[in-house]
Amino acid sequence: MSALLTLDRMTVRRGLCPVVDAVSLTLRAGEFVGLIGPNGAGKTTLMRAALGLLPHEGVSSLTALADAERARMAAWLPQAREITWPVSVATLVELGRLPHLPPGGRLRAEDRAAVEAALEHMGLAGFRDRDATALSGGEQARVLIARALAQETPLLMADEPIAGLDPAAQITTMEVFGGLAGEGRAVLSSIHDLGLAARHCTRLVLMDGGRIEADGPPEAVLTEENLARVFHVRGYFARTAAGPVFQPLETIR
Amino acid sequence: MRPALLLPALALLVAGLFTVSLVTGPAALGLGESLSALVRGEGEAAVLVMREIRLPRALLGVMVGASLGLAGAAMQGYLRNPLAEPGLIGVTSSAALGAVLALQTGLAAAFALALPLSGLGGALVSVLILLMLAGPYGASLTLILAGIAVSALAGALMALVLNLSPNPYAAAEIVFWLLGSLADRSMVHVWLALPFMALGWTMLATLGRGLDALTLGEDAAGALGIRLGRMRLVLVLGVAASVGAATAVAGAIGFVGLVVPHLLRPLVGARPSRLLTASALGGAAMVLAADIAVRLIAPDRDLKLGVLTALVGAPLFLHLIWRTRRAGI
Repeated sequence: MSALLTLDRMTVRRGLCPVVDAVSLTLRAGEFVGLIGPNGAGKTTLMRAALGLLPHEGVSSLTALADAERARMAAWLPQAREITWPVSVATLVELGRLPHLPPGGRLRAEDRAAVEAALEHMGLAGFRDRDATALSGGEQARVLIARALAQETPLLMADEPIAGLDPAAQITTMEVFGGLAGEGRAVLSSIHDLGLAARHCTRLVLMDGGRIEADGPPEAVLTEENLARVFHVRGYFARTAAGPVFQPLETIR
Repeated sequence: MRPALLLPALALLVAGLFTVSLVTGPAALGLGESLSALVRGEGEAAVLVMREIRLPRALLGVMVGASLGLAGAAMQGYLRNPLAEPGLIGVTSSAALGAVLALQTGLAAAFALALPLSGLGGALVSVLILLMLAGPYGASLTLILAGIAVSALAGALMALVLNLSPNPYAAAEIVFWLLGSLADRSMVHVWLALPFMALGWTMLATLGRGLDALTLGEDAAGALGIRLGRMRLVLVLGVAASVGAATAVAGAIGFVGLVVPHLLRPLVGARPSRLLTASALGGAAMVLAADIAVRLIAPDRDLKLGVLTALVGAPLFLHLIWRTRRAGI
């Protein structure tokens, strides 16, 4: 399988202190990678640096590309859910097509199709003409996810996309991301819900203190030892008939 | 109103107000008489009035208004704040300071173009200081802070000039100039301001795509392939060229750049790129209308344009705030 993202010894410093410390990582087509780790582990910083949004040392395959080319290669869904102006939901989702449009160009048939598909995926077809700023927080999150989907990039990077969504929307989002991986694309998403991560991600990358502590299939990463060392929790992991199930149980101090 | 109809409607409004501005004035000329004097050059005195007095005044109304409206829309879009206005980066007060210096030193009396040229110089210096303070690239917050610092400095220096003015008449001349006006301008003013404004308009017009992307915040816009540093540089230079030239020829005219984008935003579906053209036309219409009004309300008192735009603009703005508050946002 071809690599869609290659990070080689990425380091990001805040002052002298490295917040991301020599991280190397490769994402291949077909992978849905959950980036897990406690608060302050460096998950967001790693993804922003990979996109070239932060000064860094080391090599990211994305920053080697020209700006517009990179935007057609990777979509980015930041954690802060910003919608500045009261534009319609459709207008907001159309922004995902910007990197594909020629200068001053209008939306073409393929752009409209991408927008429609993204709205459909996130269950927003009925919201098309609504003012995006008047929606609830969870609905806005879904609109912003649809915007990133409309970008139709081989790689999607998302920062805690399901935080604050209702259970159905959380599961739908994870399934949509899984579906993208199934189509031969790749998704890298930070996530705090280890249960959903275990169930939907094909691979988990566990970060702590700016370094990768574990990397592999969910059952190989969510071990008792890793959970105790990095998260200070004990959890229950089981393979059931309904798929893998993980539930954090208690903290260990 | 459908968005597709908005721009033609605004363009018609500007054309109508432009014509009204041409036929408004103390010289008693009939409608047909004044237009035939302008177009065909019939009637010696009428030609002089039309081509040397009214045409430059109407043209400057369009140019100044378009500059303020366009720059206001671009600033609000870039800073993602509906309270932003072109004067925020200090260009207006610096251009005014330059003009005031020309008045104070007597340069303006020595040759007529010293005043607008000195105003342009003030705008240029402020941009250099601004870029030095905020760096050519960087976050929008440093731009605002640097703009406030430049504005404050220019304001202080203007107060100093007034303080040191040799006699009350000189002080009064400066104060009246600062109020902003389009009266007694010539075609030379038009030709002086036009290249700078055209340059500024062209630069600001390229920002549409980036402003749209900024609806999602700086991080998402950056990932959408927008080069934010370059965009900020183009914005600063575009605003400085257009608004600097506007201030240099017309004085400080407030509230147009603040109110017009705010007023038109709902009519373009709040899309920053669409707001640019609409706001340029809207600004032109507002300044033309205000300049017609100052001539009709008090033909003998030389009511200043900047006074009227502030008198109309401030209550309008209060009304918009009231409406926003009632909408529960």
